[in-house]
Amino acid sequence: MPVRTVLNTTIEHVSILDEDGNFDADLGRDLIPDDDAVRLYEHMSICRHFDEIAFKLQRSGRMGTYPENRGQEAASLGAAYVLRPDDWLVPCYRENTGLFWRGLPMEMILLHWMGDERGNQIAADLAMTPQAIPIGTQLLHAVGLAWASKYRGEDRISCTFFGDGATSEGDCHEALNFAANLNIPVVFLCQNNGWAISVPTKIQCSAPTLAQRGMAYGMPCVQCDGNDIFAVAKVVRDAAELARTEHRPTFIEAVTYRLGDHTTADDARRYRDQAEVDAWKKRDPLLRLRNYLSERTLWDDDREKALAARAKKEVAAAARRAEEIADPARTDMFDFLYATLSPDIEAQRSTARTSSLGVDPTQLDDARSSGIEEAV
Amino acid sequence: MTRTIEYRDALREAMSEEMRRDQRVFLMGEEVAEYQGAYKVSRGMLDEFGPHRVIDTPISETGFAGLGIGAAMSGLRPIIEFMSWSFSLVAADQILNNAPKMLYMSGGQFPIPIVFRGNNGAGGQLGSTHSWCVESLYAGVPGLKMAIPFDAYDAKGLLKTAIRDDNPVFFLESERLLGIKGEVPEEEYLIPLGQATLRRRGDDCTIVGFGRPLYFCLEAAEALAREGIECDVVDGRTIRPLDIDSIAESVRRTNYCVVVDQSWPFASIGAEVAAQVHEHCFDDLDNHVIRVHSDDVPAPYAYNLEQEMLPNARKIVEAVRAVTYAG
Ligand SMILES: Cc1ncc(C[n+]2csc(CCOP(=O)(O)OP(=O)(O)O)c2C)c(N)n1
Ligand SMILES: [Mg+2]
Repeated sequence: MPVRTVLNTTIEHVSILDEDGNFDADLGRDLIPDDDAVRLYEHMSICRHFDEIAFKLQRSGRMGTYPENRGQEAASLGAAYVLRPDDWLVPCYRENTGLFWRGLPMEMILLHWMGDERGNQIAADLAMTPQAIPIGTQLLHAVGLAWASKYRGEDRISCTFFGDGATSEGDCHEALNFAANLNIPVVFLCQNNGWAISVPTKIQCSAPTLAQRGMAYGMPCVQCDGNDIFAVAKVVRDAAELARTEHRPTFIEAVTYRLGDHTTADDARRYRDQAEVDAWKKRDPLLRLRNYLSERTLWDDDREKALAARAKKEVAAAARRAEEIADPARTDMFDFLYATLSPDIEAQRSTARTSSLGVDPTQLDDARSSGIEEAV
Repeated sequence: MTRTIEYRDALREAMSEEMRRDQRVFLMGEEVAEYQGAYKVSRGMLDEFGPHRVIDTPISETGFAGLGIGAAMSGLRPIIEFMSWSFSLVAADQILNNAPKMLYMSGGQFPIPIVFRGNNGAGGQLGSTHSWCVESLYAGVPGLKMAIPFDAYDAKGLLKTAIRDDNPVFFLESERLLGIKGEVPEEEYLIPLGQATLRRRGDDCTIVGFGRPLYFCLEAAEALAREGIECDVVDGRTIRPLDIDSIAESVRRTNYCVVVDQSWPFASIGAEVAAQVHEHCFDDLDNHVIRVHSDDVPAPYAYNLEQEMLPNARKIVEAVRAVTYAG
């Protein structure tokens, strides 16, 4: 037979708690105990409120720009929930829930978007990297972090988050290829939220799933309902297990939706239908988990009210801490340039003059430079 | 007849006029079509030219830069927009290792009449990864041209010339300037690449600058005039080719020179211009050239630090005083 089929394949979609409230008891067994489900719901709600406050801070001119996470709360949270606290989280910028769950103080994200490098000064024991703003670059870092764990003989893995748009970058494809071929323990979690700014996913990928991008590189891949925290927890738990025990990467496509604009600089009404947004509102991850809890009498209106008050208080306190931080000193910009500053840079630091003056800047007297400030 | 229009509109007029004139010209990049440009530069162009000629791409800078080069090899004349020149770093192999060398390596068989354009430079509090000033990094590569327009008039005139040029032209715009209005003629005009112009006239010292920092130069020149130091402010307009003759002409009249460049000081455009001024005007100079640059750090994220880092008026005033012994 000269022509034969060499590959026949299927891609699975995992859903446990669907938008109508149906719960798959088999798949969902022992996945998230009731008290954890409550805590996860509370956490998502607080993050939703955080989003609202961040949005308002931006609108009132107190923050440069902000990418709302609204609608995508389940994906990174489900992952952070099942990962070990020392597993690397390698995020993009729509992973607030997962990062906060791990322990990142909320004011750090606010500081970042207020335009302050100190928002990225993340404590080492949180095992997370700064938000990657150049699209797609972090996938390779996740591969390197996991490779280093393997090199050291540790069983830490890394989990990286990225958007549908990021899968078009060469960095993404090189990361997948490395991880698969070199057996590197990475969980690739793609948040397919339907849009990359104004560009719909179909312009990034003509295949029916993004999940199959992983297949092309020879790694297991799976699609899940990204608004179903049970489904995310299950697929990430399985992927983490495979990574930890067999050093095999997995590609997960979490199908979700960006309910807000791309960032506060965007107005999505110009390029997408309200009907599409409304349909996705019904699939809101918070709504779904709340109904799940209510049906099991784990939640009621009183608890909801108390939670709202708590969210308000916690987020307000974080906003206060972010806003009250003193401006960085002029010399701060040199602080982390090198492990130790070379003499020419040290001179720039201490004189506020570049080395290009052609004279030793330390030899210019300060009285003159203050006169200059007045002149300008 | 002139009109007052924004820098971004001047860019769009240049592209639209050239696209009407020449079917081979097309615009490709992230968010250029449906979204009308990430910074609204291509507003209305999808409507006029359709998705065949105004093309949204996946987030693949290497992809559309390389595709553009291939299309140019077949004789089309692509305009490739980088949302920010910072993202051109992803496509470095295509834009540096392929576009400027293709003609040379093919013995003249494959001219690459392409324009790469987008926002360049710090100042918008975008953090260091989005604030690149690529001029010093890229200008050293033989085979490319580089323009860096100061205002709406230059944006239009230089871009039209760049699109008609048969070589790769790196066109460095500034997000900080897009909204600034300027007078632009109704009639068609072109500005040649490699012709500097004078932004202010004074006989005491020459200040040479390019692009957005020229606004700092003019601010400094204003302050210096109040204390009796009158400066020539020379806008180089293009970095490659560099109009060293016009710069030297000014320096021969003033005998002093300060070069202002938003790159970092080390191995920079400022260093190159200073070296050339020394070579051309050694006998006319009454002091060595002084350079003003951004501080030697990645663009800080915090507003106050970023303003301090830039080659601001404070630093320029200080440099002019030092070079003219007025300190
Ligand atoms: C290398 C690079 N190119 C372009 C951009 C501009 N940009 C910022 S966000 C974005 C869209 C990203 O879409 P996606 O990966 O789907 O993530 P989402 O915003 O939907 O979460 C683009 C094009 C960038 N930051 N980096
Ligand atoms: Mg997306």
